[in-house]
Amino acid sequence: MRGGKTGEVRLDDTDRRIINTYQGGFPVSPEPFKDAARALGLEEEDFMERIRRMLDQGILTRFGPMYHAEKLGGGLTLAAIKVPEDRFEEVNTIVNALPEVAHNYAREHALNMWFVLATETPEGIAEAIERIEVATGLPVYNMPKKKEFFIGLRFEA
Amino acid sequence: MGLTDKDRRLITAIGKGLPLVPEPYAEIGRQIGMTGDEVIRSLERMLDAGLIKRLGIVVRHHELGYRSNAMVVWNIPDNEVAEVGRRVSAFGFVTLCYQRPRRLPDWPYNLFCMVHGRERVRVLEQVEHLAEACGLEGVERDVLFSARRFKQRGATYCLKSTESAA
Repeated sequence: MRGGKTGEVRLDDTDRRIINTYQGGFPVSPEPFKDAARALGLEEEDFMERIRRMLDQGILTRFGPMYHAEKLGGGLTLAAIKVPEDRFEEVNTIVNALPEVAHNYAREHALNMWFVLATETPEGIAEAIERIEVATGLPVYNMPKKKEFFIGLRFEA
Repeated sequence: MGLTDKDRRLITAIGKGLPLVPEPYAEIGRQIGMTGDEVIRSLERMLDAGLIKRLGIVVRHHELGYRSNAMVVWNIPDNEVAEVGRRVSAFGFVTLCYQRPRRLPDWPYNLFCMVHGRERVRVLEQVEHLAEACGLEGVERDVLFSARRFKQRGATYCLKSTESAA
């Protein structure tokens, strides 16, 4: 992962316009890059090259679909563990090794490890949690969403 | 909506990203035995049905300068949480907002929102502003800043219609 990277990346105004316009709404048409570029007054090749560069720079995670895990029949949840300070690295290694762990953040709280589990089936969540509990000997607090509130804005570059 | 085998192949094929070529849908179609038109129709159906929430750029917010990422959690009475959630999620700096179950006694909070900012002090100001604007000053809350990020791959999906979930 490029997670440890801290260097500032330089974006020009055109990069920012692309980011602020296309966190969604990318055209579904035979030549979508041409259509997307034209809407911003850009050339198709320039648009594609900028996407490629921002992917290489690690500014973009990917360029493609954001799926609705549950509607696709998968499982998704947010979970947390209270990890004793002296076991943090060990538990972190165990949790990150699971392919079901989509992201994992240390947070400042007694519940100090927070991660998202994404599985192919809803049952996969309970299985993944059990594996983590067995491997770490620590209880996992499972907090699946009950309701999602709609957010309009994405990240402004 | 029901997914066909072709839909499933498409979901897997583009899960990690669209090819950066002038005709990406036709290109994907060639890889999985569909025409470009079939790919486009399948994507339109999945977008309409909300299976694809959005199509385009997925940013790595840390690299965009959003260094402070706080999970702001509130203990809202159950009969008010839907209304409060709607109001909180209308603020531009709130990037995600969910109702989740409490885990008593350790975890009394049932409304979770993410606030991303370029600086910690600014995030705290925004949380204060949010509390005032939504009448939540007296509500039990906590702000959990991220100390470190270990993994961010985003959820990817690999649907295999022939394989059971053993």
